[in-house]
Order: sequence, then C-alpha cells, then structure tokens
Amino acid sequence: MNNTVLELKVKNHPGVMSHVCGLFARRAYNMEGILCLPMKDNSHSKIWLLVNEEERLNQVIKQTNKLEDVVDIKHHVKVDEHVFSQLEELFGVS
Amino acid sequence: MNPAKQETGRLRYNGAQIIVKMLEKHGITRVAGIPGGASLPIYDALTESPIEHVLTRHEQGAGFVAQGMARVTGVPGVCMACSGPGATNLVTAVADAHLDSIPLIAITGQVATPLLGTDAFQETDTYGVMLPITKHNWMARSAEELLEIMPEAFRIATSGRPGPVSIDVPKDVQQQFVEFDEWPELGLADPLPQPQADDIEKMLKMLNEAKRPMLMIGGGITHSSCADDLVEFAEQHSIPTVASFMGLGNMPSSHPLFLGMLGMHGARYTNMVLEECDLLIGAGVRFDDRATGKVSKFCPQASIIHIDIDESEIGKIKNPTLAIQADVGATLQICIENSTPVQRIDWCERVAYLKQHFGLDFANSKGIFQPYNLLQSLANITDEQTNIITDVGQHQMWTSQVFPFQRARQWISSGGLGTMGFGLPAAIGAALAQPERLALCISGDGSIMMNIQELATAVEHDLNIKIIIMNNNNLGLVRQQQTLFYGARHHAVNSRRGTNFVALAEAMGAKGFDLSNSSDPLNTLQQVMQEPGPCVVNVNISEDEMVLPMVPPGASNSEMILEQV
Repeated sequence: MNNTVLELKVKNHPGVMSHVCGLFARRAYNMEGILCLPMKDNSHSKIWLLVNEEERLNQVIKQTNKLEDVVDIKHHVKVDEHVFSQLEELFGVS
Repeated sequence: MNPAKQETGRLRYNGAQIIVKMLEKHGITRVAGIPGGASLPIYDALTESPIEHVLTRHEQGAGFVAQGMARVTGVPGVCMACSGPGATNLVTAVADAHLDSIPLIAITGQVATPLLGTDAFQETDTYGVMLPITKHNWMARSAEELLEIMPEAFRIATSGRPGPVSIDVPKDVQQQFVEFDEWPELGLADPLPQPQADDIEKMLKMLNEAKRPMLMIGGGITHSSCADDLVEFAEQHSIPTVASFMGLGNMPSSHPLFLGMLGMHGARYTNMVLEECDLLIGAGVRFDDRATGKVSKFCPQASIIHIDIDESEIGKIKNPTLAIQADVGATLQICIENSTPVQRIDWCERVAYLKQHFGLDFANSKGIFQPYNLLQSLANITDEQTNIITDVGQHQMWTSQVFPFQRARQWISSGGLGTMGFGLPAAIGAALAQPERLALCISGDGSIMMNIQELATAVEHDLNIKIIIMNNNNLGLVRQQQTLFYGARHHAVNSRRGTNFVALAEAMGAKGFDLSNSSDPLNTLQQVMQEPGPCVVNVNISEDEMVLPMVPPGASNSEMILEQV
C-alpha cells in the first residue's frame, strides 16, 4: 500500500463532507480513510484523508484544492499514517 | 410604511427580496424560469423589480435560455425553478454549463426548513443533485446567509475558468425578514493569474527553436476575450492554428493560418498536420478525448506547452513540457510584446500542400439538400453579425466542420455534454440578449423535438429566430455509428412516422416552410431570413449522409474513416 495523508482545512458547514467525498467518488480517486473534526474557531474543520493514489496524487491535490470550501491543503509524509493504524485497533478493524 | 426601511434606518428585507435585489445590483436585467409553490416568494419579489422574467415551457428550456444569454455575452445567465421536478428539470442545463465552462446561476425553491428531510411534497435533495455538476453550490439556511451567498455566486461563476453555481432556498428562508445596515459588496471576478516572466522566456525559446509549431485553441480563448491577441500572436510567429470544438470562431475561418477543427470530425489535413508538428501550444484547451483521439498517439513528435487558467487541467490528460497556469490573454500579450516577427516558409508551404490535397470532401452534386451545400448557402445569405446556434448531432458536426465563423461567440453549441434540445432555447437566449443579431438555429429532426415546446416562448417574445431542421427522419449520428461499427444493424433510430414541422410551427404561432415544396429553395431560404419573428424551415436530407471523416471512438486521430460505406 502506498498511502499518504492529505490534511484539509475546510469551511465548517453541512455539505462540506459531501463536496470532498463526492469529488473522490466521481473522479474515481482511492480514499482509504477519512477523519474529520471541528477546529477551535468552530467556523473551520480539519479533514484528514488517507489516500492511495501514487501517480495521480498531484491531480488529486489540485482538484481538491479547487473546491471552494477547501481553505488549505497539505500533503503529509508517511509518518502520519500511524494515526490511522493506531485507530484501526480502536475501530476493531485491525 | 415602506417595509424595507425601519425607523432605525436599518435595511429590512426578506430572503426573496434579497435574492432579487442582489441580482439587480449585479446588473441582471432578465431571468428565465418557471414558478412553483416553493419559489412563490421569489416571484412575489420579482413583481417589484425591473428584472424581466422569461417564462419558458419547461425548466430545461429556462436553463438553456439563460445559457444562451451567457454564451453570447459572457455575463452570467440566471435561471429559476421550483423545488422537486422544477429543480431536477434544470439539471441537464446546469451540467451542460459545467462541461462548457459557462457562467450560470441557478436559483431553486426548496420546501421549508422544518420539512427538510421528511420526503415532503416536491422535495428533492437539490443540494446533493447539483453538487457534482456545479463549480460550487449552496443551500441557504437563513435569509442572512443570502447576503453572503449572492455575491459569492457571482464571484465564483465568473472567476478564473467560469462555470455554473446553484443556490437552493427553502421557502421559509425566502420569507424570513432580516435587518442589516448596508448591502454587501458586489461579487466580482478574482484577479486573473498572470504568467511568470521566466515561463514566457522558456515558451518563446521553445517556440524559436521549433521548426513545425502549431497552436491548438479552445474555449479558454473565448472566455479570456483574447481572439485579437491570438491572431496577432499566430501571425507574428507564423503558427498554423487548429481549434477545438469550443474554440471555433476565435480565429476567422478565412484566415490563412487557420486549419479548422481538429479531432474526431476534423478534416484529414488538420489531423495530419498535428501528426507532423514538433511543438504544440495548447491555449485554453483541456485536451478532450473528442479532440485528441487516443491520447498516447496525439501529436507524437511534439513537445507540449499548455496554457490554462485552471491549474487542475494541467497534467490531467497530457503532461506538458511547459505548463503556464495563467490567463491565456495576458500570456499571449506578453509574448507578443517580447517577440519579433518570424517567418516559417517551409512549414507553411507544407501545411498549404496538405490542406490542398487532404481537405474536406465537398460533394456538390446534390444541391441544397446536401448538408454542406445547405450550410454554404446559409453562410452566403447571412453575415458575420448572425449568431449560429446548433443542436446536437450530425447537423452540428457538419456545421462545426464547414461553417465560416468569423468572430468569437458567433458559434453557440453544446460541446462537452452534447445535449440534444440545446439549440432552440439557447437561440431564444441569444436573441433576447442580442436582439440586433439574427439567431440562426441549425437543428435536426431528433434534437428539435427535445425542447420543441420553447417555440411557443420564441413566438411569445416575437424573436428573430430562424430554425433550420435538417430532417432525415433519423437520429443520424447514432445511425451512422450503427452503420460503421455495428454492422449496419439500425435499431431505434428511425422515427417511422415523421413530424410535419410546417404544421407544428403554425400550431405554435410561428411560420413554417418546407424547402421540398419550393420551386426555388435558395430563394425561399433568403426570404425566410427577411421574415420577422420565429420561422421553422424543414429541409429533407438523405438518411445515408454521414459526418466524415470520422475517428472511431478510442482510436488515434491518424486512423480516420474517410469514405461513405
């Protein structure tokens, strides 16, 4: 698996998850996991996407960045995957 | 008492009034739509507004009327519909605008917020439906939010690469009053991204080193309104130029450097030149599969420079040698300022040779009932002031192949989505927005029936629309594919009982003509163009006529089918 993590800062309102997930579904990008929590200011949320897209990662980032509700996008290096692997146990999927 | 002014001096409006006022403030003078229960407050607000409402006969018609207005002017078109079926009927026109990057604002009524999610009468998840086919969309949760949403709608629809947005407004939000101190600022397009100086330097270096450069122009040239710069740049560097379907009109078809449309139905020489070029400058294009054919075989010898305002288009289909994410007009202007004229005698001679020997095959024996001849006649009896609007099918491809377009925004057609039924309502929009121009709608017997009800709308407004129906009693382009790729097993393409379009036109109050009944068809056509108001002209053509050449879907552009089977 060549998973990487994209960290999105998004506007916090109902529908933002639909915009992000809808994009991945209709462009057939592989998303392996998703985490979303509101930020302290309550007007933004942070979304972590575990993405399995090696060749098209650049395109995935550009398309995601084009969404109006996405304020910022960061590409994390491998280490952050641990968050997801630790969650696996909690989720009972390990 | 004026409800809009409180004693406190604050402004007081309800959601519906905010929508209408904000449309006015953004310069909208006309909207198209159909009212319904969940959008009645908006229509009530419209009664107090100078905005003209064009009542169509189907919401899809309203969407395409708004598109027609937007396509000829570049200004966002606005359409309105009720919740449920009204909103879903708009969907095709919105999706069409999305694929052709047309600024469109769709405003839909929705059931009141307490009823949301209860499967209430005429409730659909319009927000969810519109989401994948818009640049951005909203459901307004309060009247106050509309003060933010409305300018944003205009900003997003017109910024960068234009596109449609939609706003779903529950009925109680339309009725909710809100107080505020002042109107928000207008939503204007974001500043255009400018090219980097070193990228321009690299581009000119590549161009100067190239022996056989080509320009491929697309809809981005239209949206950037830079047709003049494009022509100057091409002339300065002697670059033969091809257009994608959406790029037609930006370089006059009579220009010696212009080689027509490339791709699936391009002339043979056009695709041959692309095979030979060593540098391709894609300017405001997205390398659509109908243009490139099999991508891996497209321009096999060429380095690629891709100029586009939309960063996500760069590298999506074709990895360029040099990418310039910027406004194409600004890029061309800076290039022009930094170059001196270059002549490419050998290359231009080679292109001229190919053009002479491998041009489109005009069969001239069948008179005006042959599609190319008909189109040539139409071109001869109209001028470049005419807007040419088509439907979708063979008539559309023939028009894109041979109609001598002379200016940007003269050519109005559904490219990306290929929506049959686009033509008539889009022509209505064009005629409303530019009453001084004749709207010539070229259609087929299949397409015209998909939004024929809008003929009543055209008659109501007494618009200068002339509809030419190329009638082969078939879904011709489907029939053609069955002929070529499915062993000529024609199925479900033939309407065995044809429609009498003359009688149909008259039933709706338009004038109808049939060229088959005319002793001098060309003269009849000329007369029709002088008639006031909407006219429908039936022109019978052979069901065996094909759009050729044709690149089979999935094949490379060098594998064209050239001859009638």
